[in-house]
Formats: sequence, structure tokens, C-alpha cells
Amino acid sequence: MGDLKLMKGNEALAEAMIRAGCDAYFGYPITPQSEVLEYLARESEQRTGMLAFQAESEVAAINMIYGAAGCGRRVMTTSSSPGMSLMQEGLSYIASAELPCLLANVVRGGPGLGTIQPSQADYFQSVKGGGHGDYKLIVLAPSTVQEMVDFVKLGFELAEKYRNPAMILTDGAVGQMMEPVELFDQMPRRTVFPEWATTGKKPGQERRYITSLHIQSEKMEEINHRLQAKYKKMEENEVRYVEMNTEDADYIFTGFGLGARICMKAMQMARENGFKVGLVRPITLFPFPTKVYNDLGARVKGILDVEMNAGQMVEDVRLSVNGQTKVEFYGRMGGVIPSPEEIYEHFIKTFIEGGKK
Amino acid sequence: MLQEAIFAGFGGQGVLSMGMILAYAGMIEKKQVCWMPSYGPEMRGGTANAVTIVSDNMISSPIISRYDTVVALNQPSVEKFESRVKPGGNIIYDSTNILIPPTRTDINIYAVPGSEEAVKLKNIKVLNLIMLGAMIKATNAVNTETVPKALEQVLPERYHKLIPLNMEAFKVGMSYVK
Repeated sequence: MGDLKLMKGNEALAEAMIRAGCDAYFGYPITPQSEVLEYLARESEQRTGMLAFQAESEVAAINMIYGAAGCGRRVMTTSSSPGMSLMQEGLSYIASAELPCLLANVVRGGPGLGTIQPSQADYFQSVKGGGHGDYKLIVLAPSTVQEMVDFVKLGFELAEKYRNPAMILTDGAVGQMMEPVELFDQMPRRTVFPEWATTGKKPGQERRYITSLHIQSEKMEEINHRLQAKYKKMEENEVRYVEMNTEDADYIFTGFGLGARICMKAMQMARENGFKVGLVRPITLFPFPTKVYNDLGARVKGILDVEMNAGQMVEDVRLSVNGQTKVEFYGRMGGVIPSPEEIYEHFIKTFIEGGKK
Repeated sequence: MLQEAIFAGFGGQGVLSMGMILAYAGMIEKKQVCWMPSYGPEMRGGTANAVTIVSDNMISSPIISRYDTVVALNQPSVEKFESRVKPGGNIIYDSTNILIPPTRTDINIYAVPGSEEAVKLKNIKVLNLIMLGAMIKATNAVNTETVPKALEQVLPERYHKLIPLNMEAFKVGMSYVK
């Protein structure tokens, strides 16, 4: 610890992976996150023996993650939107089999092959279960390069604590930008693996079996109950968010990741012009910080949610606020990033001028 | 102190590294910094740019649409960014390449014949350091003594022998800002 290093968000993900004692990375290159595999290919094997493997496709990569996670290894993959879509089937299997692993989606504009510019349009896919079945990922939304580092460590911790896949949901801009980071010390790779890991049956040892297939529906329902109980525990214990200037706020700006930082500047502009605006930035998108929005909803005049999509997290904000105050949305789509000025102007138009009518 | 700058020019002119050197220098001085490159299709032939923010306080948005300083190395950059300079801000442009100069009267305009001076130094690649010299002299975003230390971090070790030439270019750029 101590020394600051100027790093790109994608490089920070890769460096943090090595330092977190990750055993293997399986991935397939896609802009805007190809630096992750490039960095690992240069660094990982010679430093810790960590495998950095370019699979033949994203479908193969996620199934390699499934296999290696089943062996109790600490594993991670990264991709960007179209590639992450390809991984959804495997992700559903991993969630069902209750295996810990970490993913990062460096989101680009969609739908379809879309654009390579930054976007936040994969919120629904990440938070609501992009694959089939009733499952949840732990979803972390970094807004700085430092958080790209911190959330790799946190993501592995939470994934292993709950035996559940975790995801870092970020975007092309955070992946490409450089900021100073403080790195954590190198953690050793594990030599002892969890008691459920399929590492080869020793004589006298009970047979271990990992699967997501359960033909009997009663058995499948029992597993669903177990999963839901686990998700509830996450909601009770793992909610993380940041509040700024909310104590005296009349209005709240909210957004996640890069969107929240743009909101922060818009909030400063509003404060300079005499409007008491605060900010809420969820760090965990699942579990979602429902309570803070509900509490603020009871006492503020309005909430402006800003995202780089057509309005996704705003649905969760509205559910949390539950009609207590007005929740407005402002967003740009397809890889376009809103400017702080646009957000401020939208705030004035909808809440200040609109409020006078 | 808050300096929100954009460096813009053709891909290959060293605009991205210009911003990166400033970012490293700011970090060495324990300031908050953020460097955000354009990474879209414009990098492949059109105008490339890098926003660099240096601040005494926490940096909010890395996405900005108004700049304290624009450093322009080609004509399209002047056309694109002149209107986005904050009043009282700066535009520093390569007057060898840019034939139609900026015209605003509410900002400081610095004409630096960077390409011509780079040819005199017998290395066109130092154009970016010439322009950066003018930029740092005009804005005091970082101390000039920090720049060689930043170069040590930005340049791979095999190019460290070029640091004196780069600093010579840097000083030439400074001389154009009085």
C-alpha cells in the first residue's frame, strides 16, 4: 500500500485480479475492455502463475469459469455487452450451482452489436437476471478507477461468502480513463479449497457433485427457496451506497457509476445557484439500497435519476420511493454521455420551472 | 485550483500522451487527476483528444463540455473546441498547421508555431512537448520542475535518453507565453 499509480480502469481490473490471488481468467477480447486480457497476458503468469486464457468464444469462456469455479478456484472473466449476452446461459447455470466467481461487464452502447462508446444499458441484464430462472448476481458499480481495484477484492469476498457469482458493472469510459490508484498488497493464491469443491475424490471421502440439473420439481423448488433465502440475506447485510449533501437537500440527484459522477458536478452547479441538491450513489445495484430512497422520498421535493440508458435503475428508485415524491428521469442512449450542464438544465426545467406551474 | 483541459489533434501527433504527461505531473504533485481519452472511431483517422483534469479537490465528472484550456494541433480541433472554452480560458494552437486562427475575444489565444520549432529541433515528435510547455506556462496547472519526473513515468525506459530533448522542446514552448 502507499504508492499511487496512474492506471486505466481496465488495467486496474487486471492488476487487482492478480493481486487478489485469482487463479485463472478466461475471456475473449472485445472493445472497450480488451486491455484486461492484454495486461494479464503480459503479467499474470510470471508473477503468480495465474492462468490468463483466451477462449474461443464468450460461451466457452463462461463455461470454463463454471468448471474452474467448481474446482474451488478463484476465477474471473470480463467482457462487454454483446459478449456478456453470450455468457448469460452459463451464468444462470453457475448461479444455480451456487459457485463463486467474478465477472466485469465494461458496458458499451446497444442494443445489438451497437457501438463501442460507453453506456449503462445493461443494468436490467445484470440486476434482474439476464439469463433464465430466478437468480440474482451481486452487482457492484464502480465510479472511479480506484473502485475498479477495490471492487475486484470486494467482489471475490462477497462471491465466496455467499457462493454466488458477483459482477462489476462498469462502462467503457471508466474502463478507458486513467486515475491514480492505491493498490492493495499481493494476496497469496489459495492452496486449500472449499469443502464443496470437486477436486478429485480421495479414498474414504464423500462424493461431491455440482450440477444445476434437478429433474424432480420438489428438489428444484427446495433449491429455489435456498437461493431466495440467500438473496434476502444479501439484502439485509450487503447494501452499500454513498450519500452526499443529503442532510439539508430539497432535491436528490441519483445515478450509478460514471452517471453518478456527472451528477456530482451537476449537483455542484445547482448548489452554486442556490438550490439545495444532494446525491445518492448506489454501490451495490443488487442488493439495491431501497431504504435510503424510501427515507429521502418522504422528505425531499423531488428526485432526478440520471443514467446512460432509457431509464432502468429509475424503476428501482420509483419502487423504493413508492410514490412519496416525484421521481424524474434524464438519460442519453447508444453510447452518448450526458453533460453536467444538460443534467442541470433538465433539473431546472422539470423541478424549478415546472414546479411553478 | 481546478484545470479542465482538452488536448486535440490528429491521431499520431501525441495528443493522448500530452494529456498523460500532465496527469502524471499532477499526480506526482499529490493533486487529483483524471485522464479521459477519446477511444472511438475518431481515433482511426480523425480527431483524437484527451481530457485531462488537474485539481486540488476531488474530481467530480470526468465528462465535461466546457474547458479552461484547449490545446489544438489541427484545424478541425479549433473548429470543434473554440466555442467550448470557458470565458477567460485559454486556447493554445499550433500556428504552423492551423491557418485559420481562433477569433474569440473573451479568451486568451496563444499562437505557438510548434511544428516549425519541432523541425528546428530535428524531431517532429517533440511537437507535443512544445505545446505542453506553452500550456503549463499559461495555466500553472503543475510546476515545470515536475515535468521531467512525469516523462520518466510516461516514457518506456529505452526512451529516457530523449528526456533532455523533450525538455528543450518544452522550454521552447514556454517561451511563446509571456
